[in-house]
Amino acid sequence: MLYKTLRKEAFRSVVEAILAGSEGVGPRRVGTDRRGKPIHQFLPAERFEDMDFSYDTTEFSAKTYFLPFREKLSTYRFTDGDWEQEIRYRAEPRALIGLHACDINALLRLDKVFARDWYPSPYYLSRRRNTFILGIDHDPCEGAFCRALGTDTVTHGFDLFLTDIGESYFAAVGSDRGLALIEGFGAQPITDEDSHRYVAERKRIAALTENGLNLNNLPNLLDIEFKSPIWAKWGAKCLSCGTCAMVCPTCYCHGVYERISMDFREGAKIRQLHSCTLVDFAVVAGGHNFRPTPESRLKYRYYHQHRGFVEQHEEPKCVGCNRCGRACLAGITPVEVIRELQEEVGP
Amino acid sequence: MRYLKIDSPRPRIAVFDFTDCEGCELQLANKEETLVPFLNAVEIVDFREIATGEGEDYEIAFVEGAISRSDEVERLKVIRGKARLLVALGSCACFGGVNRMKNAYDLDAANAEVYGPTPKETLPVRSVKEVVPVDLEIPGCPVCKDEVERIVRHLVLDVPFAFHAYPVCVECKQRFTTCLMEKGQLCLGPIVRAGCEAPCPAGGLGCWGCRGPAEAPNVEEFFALAKARGFTDGEVSERMAFFGGFEGIAAGGTR
Repeated sequence: MLYKTLRKEAFRSVVEAILAGSEGVGPRRVGTDRRGKPIHQFLPAERFEDMDFSYDTTEFSAKTYFLPFREKLSTYRFTDGDWEQEIRYRAEPRALIGLHACDINALLRLDKVFARDWYPSPYYLSRRRNTFILGIDHDPCEGAFCRALGTDTVTHGFDLFLTDIGESYFAAVGSDRGLALIEGFGAQPITDEDSHRYVAERKRIAALTENGLNLNNLPNLLDIEFKSPIWAKWGAKCLSCGTCAMVCPTCYCHGVYERISMDFREGAKIRQLHSCTLVDFAVVAGGHNFRPTPESRLKYRYYHQHRGFVEQHEEPKCVGCNRCGRACLAGITPVEVIRELQEEVGP
Repeated sequence: MRYLKIDSPRPRIAVFDFTDCEGCELQLANKEETLVPFLNAVEIVDFREIATGEGEDYEIAFVEGAISRSDEVERLKVIRGKARLLVALGSCACFGGVNRMKNAYDLDAANAEVYGPTPKETLPVRSVKEVVPVDLEIPGCPVCKDEVERIVRHLVLDVPFAFHAYPVCVECKQRFTTCLMEKGQLCLGPIVRAGCEAPCPAGGLGCWGCRGPAEAPNVEEFFALAKARGFTDGEVSERMAFFGGFEGIAAGGTR
């Protein structure tokens, strides 16, 4: 990794240079919640002022810019006795500005599924490669447990990642295009003093992020607690609304369906994000539902997050952002569910 | 219509209205960008709002509105007798709709309130399926034309159609609508069937449930979470009763 420092005043110019060269997406304030706290979303932004980099978290994650809720995979056009297929990958350059470490770690998880696994998705790859990512470090947000998952820091998967060290930013440079960008705005080589300041700042943030949650051996614990009454307790609260998976930065389960145009001359294959908590997620041909109860569906979401994904990809799918916990109207939060499971088997 | 080298006949359809505002019918004549292909896909036999003919050889009858008079009952039975498929169109036809609120009052008092000194013959409001067998229900106030188009394409191709089992929340997420419950509003989204594309929350109005319940809604938890946010059981029940889709569920869910 290459590190540089960037003067604080140059940040605005860097962002404006990004916006001049591509579509920009950043944290925008969209409203106020019922407790008076601001609500932010990652939305397209045209000006520096459109974005609020002091944001805590966003209601939805940034995954939609890589895995849209709905994406047309291909279209078919029928002509006289024949048909033509058209496939379009989104290749227009885009920049995601102001992502936090957890969200970049979430993209690294999605990379494992859609870029590095047996069947890479050209739809995902095209979006991922053509998206510039400028990350920023931040004080922890309420209810998050990124520290327990090691996702409060990030080492790759971005173009630039900035940590505030007082007069300037300590910039981790993750790509040539990231380097080229800040070199144009007076980036300097780091000094020993800069490194010390960076380490001190990370220690300060890490201390704030610590919430005592220890996820050690969770995959085995989940196996042991497969029949725990805890699942029935939380399952009774679950609305089966899918919101947890929709706002999750790593939930990627989806369905594919065909749609025919009204003139019957065109068809499209469309991918739509689905959720394992939705009532018909496990309905198969013939109508049998393998997970008919909210309890079983909620449980399997935790199993995929913290057990199944570990078997496949050597780390949990969850990055601890707690968007699911915050968005759940029924108040189901991963920290509480996991703590209760741990208490089931004793200290 | 020809699709995948298979010719499908244009289904002969008729549209009828009963106790309603005719707004769902209007939706059928809406959405100009696909109106011509939509009308080409079917053969209109009788559709008072857009056509002059009054043919009787229809296969599919779209019935809009609730049933609230004895002559309506008779007319509906005749339609049922002629139609191969009878589709209830809109919340009034599916559930009784807003008209159903009348049933909570004394019939004569309601009559006097509306018609004053010139009362009309009236019955307690019923949905279409409470009078004759219904083959398909398309809920909504009004119906979503996009969904109707999908259903019509399925009818033309003669393949089964499935409504979304999941609630409106999914569609709010799909269009990046910030959760109105988080903003402090009451919204029935978590227990109401999706398929409308959630236009009301996107416009700032919490869901009123015109499409009726999603599959297996967690009504009990919904009452609890609404109460935790300051909404009384009465407020929630009243909203659930508004379109009649939760008939039998609203009362049972109140704690």
